[in-house]
Amino acid sequence: MTEQVLPPMQYVDFRHENVETNIVLSLKEAGKTADAIRSTEKVTRIITTVITYAFILVLALTVLFPFYWMIITSLKQRAEIISAEQTFFPNIVMWSNYSYVFQVFDFTTYMINTIIVAAVSTLGTLITTIFAAFAFARLNFKGRETLFMIFLMTMMIPGEMMVISNYLTVSAFGWIKDQTLLDAYAAMIVPFWISVFYIYLLRQNFKQIPNELYLAAKVDGKSDWSFLWKVMVPLAAPTLISIVILKFMGTWNSYIWPQLVTKQDEFRLISNALRGSAFTDPDTGTTEYGYQMAASFCVTVPLFLLFVFFRKYIMKGVGRAGIKG
Amino acid sequence: MLDKIIQFFKNLRKRKLAPGEEIISANDSLFLEPIPDLPEGYDSNKKTIVRLVGKKRVTKPYQVSGIEDVASKNNWKAWVYLAPVVVLISVFLLYPLINTIFISFAKDYNYATGQFSGFTLDNFGIIFGLVKVNGGQEVNFVKYAIPNTLILTFVTVPIEIIIALTISVALNSIKWFQKFIQTVFFLPYVTNAVAVGLVFSVIFDNQGIINFITGSNITWIYGANRWVAMIPLTIYIIWSSMPFKILIFLSGLQGIDKQYYQAAQIDACPKWKVLTRITFPLLSPQILYIMITSFISAFKQYTAVVAMFGGPGTLGKNSVIPDMETIVYYVYDNVEKGFTSRAGAAGVFLFVVILAFTFIQFGVSKKRVYY
Repeated sequence: MTEQVLPPMQYVDFRHENVETNIVLSLKEAGKTADAIRSTEKVTRIITTVITYAFILVLALTVLFPFYWMIITSLKQRAEIISAEQTFFPNIVMWSNYSYVFQVFDFTTYMINTIIVAAVSTLGTLITTIFAAFAFARLNFKGRETLFMIFLMTMMIPGEMMVISNYLTVSAFGWIKDQTLLDAYAAMIVPFWISVFYIYLLRQNFKQIPNELYLAAKVDGKSDWSFLWKVMVPLAAPTLISIVILKFMGTWNSYIWPQLVTKQDEFRLISNALRGSAFTDPDTGTTEYGYQMAASFCVTVPLFLLFVFFRKYIMKGVGRAGIKG
Repeated sequence: MLDKIIQFFKNLRKRKLAPGEEIISANDSLFLEPIPDLPEGYDSNKKTIVRLVGKKRVTKPYQVSGIEDVASKNNWKAWVYLAPVVVLISVFLLYPLINTIFISFAKDYNYATGQFSGFTLDNFGIIFGLVKVNGGQEVNFVKYAIPNTLILTFVTVPIEIIIALTISVALNSIKWFQKFIQTVFFLPYVTNAVAVGLVFSVIFDNQGIINFITGSNITWIYGANRWVAMIPLTIYIIWSSMPFKILIFLSGLQGIDKQYYQAAQIDACPKWKVLTRITFPLLSPQILYIMITSFISAFKQYTAVVAMFGGPGTLGKNSVIPDMETIVYYVYDNVEKGFTSRAGAAGVFLFVVILAFTFIQFGVSKKRVYY
């Protein structure tokens, strides 16, 4: 199996030649005892392990550094942030940055907006996804495979292309002009009630549920409807939890569409508000990084908490995308 | 006499026995009365016929129905379940696709009224700077959006894949804290892109930590040179898109059968060869998947620019020259400004590029993916 460049193999006829005359046999590990070989192997293994850990740790620290910098900058004074001597820990811990941010930055409004939009769009997505996945996985109808192929093909279309027409559609529905809060919510929620990828994911999950369960439920006189809610949905719960969390995170991070369709500041979602808010000093007009970082931290924390509690579901849900097929 | 007949028949059968055929004893085959054709459900003990009939019509035999929804009469049921998705997909996915293509070819399209006067290629001409319009904004697409997108794509994607592969292989080889470190590497995935973008712009500030450590005085973000500003942007994109790749690669690595490595160990195969001859070929489906998805997402880069610069150029919202603009940024910018036709043309361009990319990569991969 090795393809090393070895000298061409020479066959030695020991009837005519022997070690004493002209053949030298050499071993790579000649002159070493078994113990010596073992200890060198051990040393190499330790060195490799140390190097690997060092490499990983350096990169892990690089990954963590922005978070660390966000937290300490959010606790620094303005003078310390812009001083020539950068410090790795604030000289004076400024908790007041946070209270200031909560005064200036209308956190609760944006938070409520985001949570409502996230909750309603997640719920809608769940319902449509469950129905569609059930139909594709369990029911037989004409053109099922064709329709599913069309669905899968829509995943290739970049969402950015849809934005143009969707904007026109949403304004045709009257959700843009003279916008009320409900209009803004509708514009941010309704176009996101579908996700072909989640339908695909859930269909795969539903298909794994054995047919015998379905037949048993049928013999017991259960309808398709109650089979769906009493058997399939509970069995697919892990996937559904993943979908809920990923969808929620998606809404929390969504920026483009809400930016386009919301016309007033108080309808905005958290990302837009964070980017749009200028934490500028009224006197000098420069950005107050301390306040900005404090706000960023507040936006990041809920996601972190979600991650801490649902790590398994998030990583599984994200990872499942790659193991398909 | 009887014995003789039986013997004769037995001999006869013995001679003509086909492979796998059984010898049927004479008692069964010859001298038993043939069973008369009894109706289905006949109970020989009670001498009665038991038959299941429907409740309403006694003459019709009972059938267990509804177990399999195969019958075409149940079609409507499936369509009821599919109705919400089909409606939403038609309104928000398929219609926009067709409509955007239409808009990009329509002449003098008025997005408020939907009126237009014939079809034209002018919109594409405008975005590629071939057709002159007043305002001078028309060259932005060719001058900034396309080059920026291409640079970002072809710089970030290879670097990301190499780093992610290295980290995954290293992570896969360690014993202690593997899960914990993996979680640390996953953290950038669960952050708000805008929030972290702001953090990066603080890190790369004029008085920021990067300039402090390197002892330089480079302007990275605000008012920076276009090419200099690309560096922090690239770093931020790489940082934020790493977790997904590591996750996929690592799960792929953990799925590789340990037997291959044991065989290699027995053959005293050098480590780098194990990597290039076993690990990478067996990981090729994941590598292909990551390549396609990251090329596509790099082409659609937008949030990173907004998060770090706050506008289309290095001067943020006040930028006169949109020197950090990407293709998607151009699309959104024009939607907001009301130049729907240009946005449509740029969107169609993006769509075509992404489709072409996907097909090329699938074509190439047929030869390079090992199973």
